[in-house]
Amino acid sequence: MEHYLNIFVKSIFIDNMIFAFFLGMCSYLAVSKTVKTSVGLGIAVIFVLLITVPVNFLVEKYVLKDGALIWLGEGFAGVDLSFLTFMVFIAVIAAMVQLVEMVVEKFSPALYNSLGIFLPLIAVNCAILGAALFMQEREYENVLEATVFGVGSGIGWMLAIVGIAAIREKMRYSNVPAPLRGLGITFILTGLMAIAFMGFMGITL
Amino acid sequence: MSDQEKEPIFSVKNLKLLTGPLGRNNPITVQVLGICSALAVTVKLKPAIVMALSVTIVTAFSNLVIAAMRKYIPDRIRIIVQLVVIATMVILVDQFLKAYVFDVSKQLSVFVGLIITNCIIMGRLEAFAMANKPWPSFLDGLGNGAGYGLILIIVSFFRELLGSGTIYGFPVMEKLGIYKIGYENNGMIILPPMALILVGLIIWFQRSHNKELIEK
Repeated sequence: MEHYLNIFVKSIFIDNMIFAFFLGMCSYLAVSKTVKTSVGLGIAVIFVLLITVPVNFLVEKYVLKDGALIWLGEGFAGVDLSFLTFMVFIAVIAAMVQLVEMVVEKFSPALYNSLGIFLPLIAVNCAILGAALFMQEREYENVLEATVFGVGSGIGWMLAIVGIAAIREKMRYSNVPAPLRGLGITFILTGLMAIAFMGFMGITL
Repeated sequence: MSDQEKEPIFSVKNLKLLTGPLGRNNPITVQVLGICSALAVTVKLKPAIVMALSVTIVTAFSNLVIAAMRKYIPDRIRIIVQLVVIATMVILVDQFLKAYVFDVSKQLSVFVGLIITNCIIMGRLEAFAMANKPWPSFLDGLGNGAGYGLILIIVSFFRELLGSGTIYGFPVMEKLGIYKIGYENNGMIILPPMALILVGLIIWFQRSHNKELIEK
C-alpha cells in the first residue's frame, strides 16, 4: 500500500508533468485564462489519463514488448513489435478519447457539456502521450502501479493549471511591462512556480 | 492552377513562408506552439540541435505528405490520418537517431516520441497544409521547424554557456581563464525552470522590438 502511495505522491509533486517536464504546455498556456475552464480541462485530463495509461500498459506488456506475443503460441516468442510503440500508443489514446467522449455524452450530458471542446483536444495533449511514454520508460510492474501513476500525473497537471489560472486572474490588476503582457509574463510565472516545485526534488520516498 | 505552376520555385511569396517563422511569426514566441518539448531538451546545445533538426524534418515532410493527400482525406477522420502520417515520420527519425547518434537519442528520451503531439506539427497541418499545395507547405514546414530550432538554439546556447561554461562541449570559460578570477558556473540555469524564464525574456526582447506583437 505504501508503495502505491509513494508513486502517487511522486507523480504529483516531484515528477510534476508541467513543472518538471513541461508536458501539455500548449493547452496549459492557452486555457489558463480563467479558473473555471482550467478546472474543467484538468478533470478531463485526469479522466483520460486514468483510462489510457493502464490500457497502454496492457498493450505494451501483451503486444509490443520483445517476446510479449508468446501467449499466442511458441512461434511468436521472437516477435518484437516495439518499433511500433509510438503509433500504437497514439492510436490507443485517440481511440480512447473518442470512446470516453461518447460514453460521457451518453451517460452524463451535464459533464459532457461542461467539458465541451476540451475532450477531443486532449488527444493531442503532450501530457497524455508523455505519461504513456514515461510509464514505458520507468518500467512499472503491474497495472495498478501504472494506474496510480496515471492518476497522480493528471492531478499534478490539474494542480499546475488551476494554480496558474488563479494567478493570471489576479495579474490583471498588476502593472506588467507592455511587451511582457500575456504570454511573456505567463512564462516567467510558470518558471517561478516551477522553482517553488523544485523544493520537492531530492525527496526520496 | 496553371499560373501557380509558372511561379518560380523560390518566389517572394514562397521565401516569405520560409523566413516569416524565424521572426515575427515565430512558432514558439508568437504562435505559442510546440512549447512542450522545446524546454526540456535545451540544457546543452547538442541535443537541442538534434531535436531542432528532427522537428524540422518531421514538420516539413508531414506537411508535404498531407498537402499531397489533402483532397482525399475525409474531413471527419482527418486528425487520425494526420497523426498516422506524423507518427510514421517520427518513427523513421527515432530509428535513425537510435542507429547513428545513440547517446543523444538516450538524452532526448521520451521527447523524440513526443514530437508526435508537438503542437507545431498538428498546428501547421491544420492551418496550412490542409489548404495549400505541396511545395509551399513543404517550405512552410521547413520555416516553422527552423523558427522552433532558432529559439531552441538561443535558449540552449545561454544555458550551456552560463550553466556548464561550454559551447557545444568546448570549454570556453576555462580557456578564457575566467574561473581564475573567481567566476563559477551558475548551477541554477541548468534547472528546468530557467528555460521558461529565458523564453519569457526572449519574448520580452522580441516584443519590445516588434510593437505590433504586444498583447493588450
